[in-house]
Amino acid sequence: MPDSIAINPDEIIVLDDLHKFFGPIKAVKGVNLRVRRGEVVVVVGPSGSGKSTVLRCINHLEVPTHGAVYFDGVHLEDPKTDINRVRTEVGMVFQQFNLFPHLTALENIAISQRLVRKRNKEEARQVAMKQLERVGIPEKANVYPRQLSGGQQQRVAIARALAMNPKVMLFDEPTSALDPEMIKEVLDVMLELAREGMTMVCVTHEMGFARSAGHRIVFMDEGQVVEIGPPEEVFTNSRHARTRDFFDKIIKH
Amino acid sequence: MAIQADQERIPLASEEITFGERLEQFPWWLVAILLAIAAMAYQIVTNPPVTAAFQFIIRGLRVTIYTTLVGFVLAMILGMLAGLGRVSRNPFIRNFAIAYIEFIRGVPILVLILTIAFVIVPVASESIGFSNSSVPMDARAMVALALIYGAFLAEVFRAGIESVAPGQMEAARSLGMTHFQAMTYIVLPQAIRNILPALGNDFVAMLKDSSLVSVLAVRDITQQARIHAGSTFRFRETYLVLTVLYLTMTLVLSLLLQWYQRRLRKDA
Repeated sequence: MPDSIAINPDEIIVLDDLHKFFGPIKAVKGVNLRVRRGEVVVVVGPSGSGKSTVLRCINHLEVPTHGAVYFDGVHLEDPKTDINRVRTEVGMVFQQFNLFPHLTALENIAISQRLVRKRNKEEARQVAMKQLERVGIPEKANVYPRQLSGGQQQRVAIARALAMNPKVMLFDEPTSALDPEMIKEVLDVMLELAREGMTMVCVTHEMGFARSAGHRIVFMDEGQVVEIGPPEEVFTNSRHARTRDFFDKIIKH
Repeated sequence: MAIQADQERIPLASEEITFGERLEQFPWWLVAILLAIAAMAYQIVTNPPVTAAFQFIIRGLRVTIYTTLVGFVLAMILGMLAGLGRVSRNPFIRNFAIAYIEFIRGVPILVLILTIAFVIVPVASESIGFSNSSVPMDARAMVALALIYGAFLAEVFRAGIESVAPGQMEAARSLGMTHFQAMTYIVLPQAIRNILPALGNDFVAMLKDSSLVSVLAVRDITQQARIHAGSTFRFRETYLVLTVLYLTMTLVLSLLLQWYQRRLRKDA
């Protein structure tokens, strides 16, 4: 069944009838989604709607209960697929940053390059510095995560993912754990990435970002995709009552 | 980390500590123990039977320290492996680790030392072609302590691994690291840092429990004391010296540990 699906070479992520159950909880119930290269897809929806679970299935942090994930034409559920290899191509940014607290910012960015990409120490250091400059905090290279603000930590986390030269970046509510005054610095980095043509799938509640950076908005509710479309269409002219209801609530309060 | 730092209450300038409070907080217990040790030291220097007991017992100090150190290093390796096995997703490995841990925890240490030294080590060494008597008792004692404390430390390591947020493993895996790489470079360094105080406490406990290897006639300080007491009938002097010797060692170690923990808390 999964092999019969037709994939356009331009489609880097294909989710085919994705289901994920946690015991009796059906988190994701039949999601289909195709993400093209260079596209920025923003996933929105109420909490518990399965957004994060879908995202985590894309790099198999969660293994789907049913259905298939294809990354760059590779079928992830195929037992012959080397998932670690696929993951080097997929950068992920987490809500809680998940920086390694026992390593400095630079070491956080260098360690996976050394272990996974097998770059030598100097090369890894140079790439790390380049990425730290890209996210605007090269002066924090030798600082430990606990000495950084939330916004700075998240920017290091983005740099860490970018240092692996991923084809796709996944963002799992990257600004939800931040103090309000730090949200912008992280969104600015994300906007810049989008402008550079990075393929991105973002789960976020930042509607301003969704509107300005998103090529397509995916609205999810109760484990299913309710609606997919360009921002203007989904935000303002939705034909679906559930979508309108959701945006009414977040915009009016 | 911030939460830990808050535990040490820093008094405000306005609430200066009064003399009474300072008296209350003074470590009088330490003074009492130090006085007891000093009194014993005085006895050792001035009282010939006590001097004789001390000189005889102290010859076992090397064995006590050596057995504890080697045993503890082996126990840490075993404990780390068993702790990793305890959280393994492989059911065979996990159950094997649990069986080992529960077996050790279900039997008294004294009995385990006898069983390991006289049953397990001989059977194991015979099965790989050595004769029963070729393994010296000192080595059997270390193996016994290592196997016993390996099981205790396994639970410490398990708790340490579980104390590391699951997001750490996820972040490492999301970067393409293998499970083994993530464990070795990301999770274990954090886990070990978290369990250092617990490891220190177990080291002190092991130093004390090393006295039990005297049942194997291994000539540690306890065995030396038993021999001396048995031949001179100076039971009071001998066992008092022995007691104060252990007390001195554990006191020094636990003060070092306290100092180290305070330092950890400061820069955490």
